[in-house]
This record gives sequence, C-alpha cells and structure tokens, in this order.
Amino acid sequence: MFAVVMLAGIYGLVCASFFVAMDAVDVAFTEASIGAGISTLLMLTTVAMTGRTDHEATHKPLMAFVAVIVTGGLLIYGTFDMPYFGSADAPVHQHVGPHYIYDSIQEIGVPNMVTSVLASYRGFDTFGEVTVIFTAGIGVLALLSVARRPEDDAVMEAINDSMHEKHLILRIVIKTMIPFIVLYAFYVQFHGDYGPGGGFQAGVIFAAGIILYAMLFGLGAARRVITQPVVQMLSALGVLVYGSVGLVSMLNGGSFLDYNVLAADPIAGQHLGILLIELGVGLTVASVMIIIFYSFVGRSQFQKANKGELL
Amino acid sequence: MDTVLTLLSSFCLLFGSFLCLSGGVGILRFPDFYTRMHAVGVTDTLAAAMILIGLMLQNPDLLVIIKLMMILLMTLFISPAASHALGQAAVLNKLQPLINMNINPLEEDTSAGDKSSKS
Amino acid sequence: MIIAATLAVLVVMILAIIRAVVGPSLYDRILAVNMFGTKTVLLIALLGFVMGRPEFLDIAMVYALINFVSVIGVLRLSDAFNAKHNGPVAEPAKRDS
Repeated sequence: MFAVVMLAGIYGLVCASFFVAMDAVDVAFTEASIGAGISTLLMLTTVAMTGRTDHEATHKPLMAFVAVIVTGGLLIYGTFDMPYFGSADAPVHQHVGPHYIYDSIQEIGVPNMVTSVLASYRGFDTFGEVTVIFTAGIGVLALLSVARRPEDDAVMEAINDSMHEKHLILRIVIKTMIPFIVLYAFYVQFHGDYGPGGGFQAGVIFAAGIILYAMLFGLGAARRVITQPVVQMLSALGVLVYGSVGLVSMLNGGSFLDYNVLAADPIAGQHLGILLIELGVGLTVASVMIIIFYSFVGRSQFQKANKGELL
Repeated sequence: MDTVLTLLSSFCLLFGSFLCLSGGVGILRFPDFYTRMHAVGVTDTLAAAMILIGLMLQNPDLLVIIKLMMILLMTLFISPAASHALGQAAVLNKLQPLINMNINPLEEDTSAGDKSSKS
Repeated sequence: MIIAATLAVLVVMILAIIRAVVGPSLYDRILAVNMFGTKTVLLIALLGFVMGRPEFLDIAMVYALINFVSVIGVLRLSDAFNAKHNGPVAEPAKRDS
C-alpha cells in the first residue's frame, strides 16, 4: 500500500511537470503543493491508521478492470470530437476567454490573469470552493476528533522530551528551515497578484511547515504552538472574511463580490478585494489542512494508546 | 567576458548532467539499498549545485539569481538531511546491508572480492 | 547546453521511476521518489530557462520543500507503522513490501 501511495506521489509530480510544459504555471503550482505534497501525506496517514496490507479481494477484479478499460476507451473516443490542440476556433477560445485575456488588465489591473479570473470574475465559484474545504474540515473534526484528557498533556510532554535526542539532526535542520518556509508562504500569498501563487498554494505551504514541525517534534508540541481552538477559529474566520467582503460590496451598492465599489477607484477596489479574499482563502486552507492532520494523527495515537502501547 | 561566462556555464551544465546520469545508472545498477543511497546522495547535491550554478552564470537578472541561490541552499540543506533520515530509518528497521561473506559464505573469494570492490 | 542538461535530467527521472517500480524494499522506493523529486526541481528550473520564463523558479522552490516534507512524512509514518507491528521481533526487515 505504501508503494501505491508513493507512486501516486510520483504521478502528482509528473502531472505538475506536464502542466509546466503546457505553460500553466498556477495549475502546476497547485498540483505541486496539493497533489504531490499534502494529499500524499494525508493518504499516508490514512494508510498508517488503517493498516498497510489490504484484505483478500472478495469481489471479482475482472469486472472492475473491464469497466475501467471501457470507460478509458470511451474517453479516448470522445477526444476525437475535440478540436485539435492549439486550433484557434476551439469553443474555449470563442466564449469568455478573449474577454478575460484582453480586458482583464484594464478592468482588474492585476498582471496575473489567473488570479483575476479566479478571484474576481469567478469570485462566487471560489467562495464555493472555500466553503467546500471548510466543510471538509468540519466533517473530519466531527468524525475523527478525540476527546483529550487533561493529563494527556503531561504525558505528551514527557514523550516529547524523550524524543528530543532521537531525531537531532533532522530537528536542527527543520528548525532552520521553518522560518524560510513560512516566509515563502507569505511571499506566495501576497505576490499572487503578480506571479504564480495565491491563497490556496500559500495556505498549503504554510500548513506544510506546521505539519513538518508536528511530525518531528510530536503532536503535543505542535498543538502548543498552534492550539486546536485557534485553528478552528481561523478556518471559520477565513470563510467569514471572504463572505463579508461580498457583503460589504453589497452594502456599498454593488452586487455580491463586486470589488469595484470597495474603494473610490475601481482598480484600487479590485486590488483590495482580491487581496482580502486571497487572505481569506489562505487562512481557511492552511487551518483546514492543519485540522485534518491533527485529527488524523491524534486519532492514530488514540488508537495506539487504547491498545496499551506507547508511542 | 561573455565567452568566458558561456564556457563556464556550459562546463557546469555538462558536468552536472554527467553526474546526474552517473547517479541514475548507480541507482539502477548498485546491488543494495545502502550503495544506491550513496549514488543518489553524492550526485544529488553536486549535480544539482552544478546545474544551478550553470544556470546562474547564464542569467544577468538579479532576482533570478537570488531565487536560484535559494533553491541551491535549500537543496544543500534538504538533500543530506533526507538521506540521513532515510539511512537512519533503514538501519533502525534492520534492513541488512548486502555483505557478501554473510550471505554467500560458499562462494569463491575472487567473486566476493570483486563484488565488494564494486560496491 | 541547457537542452542537453534537460535531456539528461529526463533520462535520470525515467531511471528513478524504474527503480521506484522495481525496488525490492520500501526504502528503495522512498529513495527513488526522493531522487525523482530533486530531479523534478532541476527539470523545472531548466525548463523555465528553455522556455524563457524564469518565474518557473517559484514552482521549483515549492517542489524542493514539498518533496522534503513528503519524504520526512513517509519515514515518520513508516517508522510508526513498523514499531507497531514488528516492533520487538528482531529480524531483518522483509525485502518485499
């Protein structure tokens, strides 16, 4: 099972290289951080929780294989109807694409076109995505959260201290790295208007820094740095910031998530709106990732403690 | 000046690609995990450094050079740490290195010496 | 020159994938994935120069980070796993995974 997860990680890397080769920088960025990084980690945690070997197959694998072959064949057959790669009269290039490409600089004033499409033209879709992520966090909390006994903390402390000698080199290297990781996350967050990046990627990078800390210094130590209530508050706060930007623009006389009315100058309003909602997205993504990781690891530690084994 | 830079950068790039390739051959051909780790560890750092330095010499833009240097520093920090963690985990989980006299005591001395000198 | 280096990195990536698929023990696979990741960083940096878009370097940096995080994660989790199941048994780790 570990091998399967690792090959999935390689698949993510290959996918992202493919996006790079196709010149889709933002997509490659997202695929790199989410597809290859965080989802591999979460799958691994799941595997570590449920066990590494799967049970004897009770169903017939042949049926599933045939279904996969038939679906793949149909999909390939479907591509014959698609226009050729790079042809100018494809439907994609006829609809709203030219408008986004030619007018977004004047209307939004943000050099990175992907950011303006994501955050301004399609702001409502992105709001939906953030809400989905938030809901996922709530679901994980509801299913997997473990009621912690107060004396657990002291035990955690002792375990952490005992582990301090164990990964000495890694700990020192990671202590040096974490400030740069967080700094880089902020760079990606606030530079998203100009280069590739934005709230989703920055949130994932920030969460990766915290997860790295949690993996090497123990869950208890990480929970003392960023406590569970704070993370939960932050994940809700991100959605709240996003939604309230929309509400403020409604109160100022525009429609929902219409940033033109946020400031006197429409361009400045767009900048402000995009900055704020990217901040909301980043907050929600980072804290939901941290919540999911905390819950997964906390749950597996809880299982081990119930089996009467120490960490 | 320009030609010197170009020559230097081509030399760095070529040397880096040669090291890359030798590491790739090493990861395929070496007999057990620890020797493979040796191949990867040696080439990962030096090959990456060489290629990145070669790229640095090609570009006059300061921001690009700084970014490349960040990548280089990160690689130099991360790659040995990851190798260390990997090797430590393998030792702790009792993955046996391939030592010829333990595994094949019946083989002749010549082949054993041959193999150990290769690894 | 850059294109030659790109090709070399691509070839090495293919070799690493072969080792990741074949690799007898779990650690061989992790090693191959780690190598694949560092080579992807190089590939993206080189591709950025080939295509004349240096902002690809941001992605390369993310890769370097993410690769490290996932390698450490794999090691920590596999450690925890092995301690749980074959902890006290002092036998060599199985070669098949």
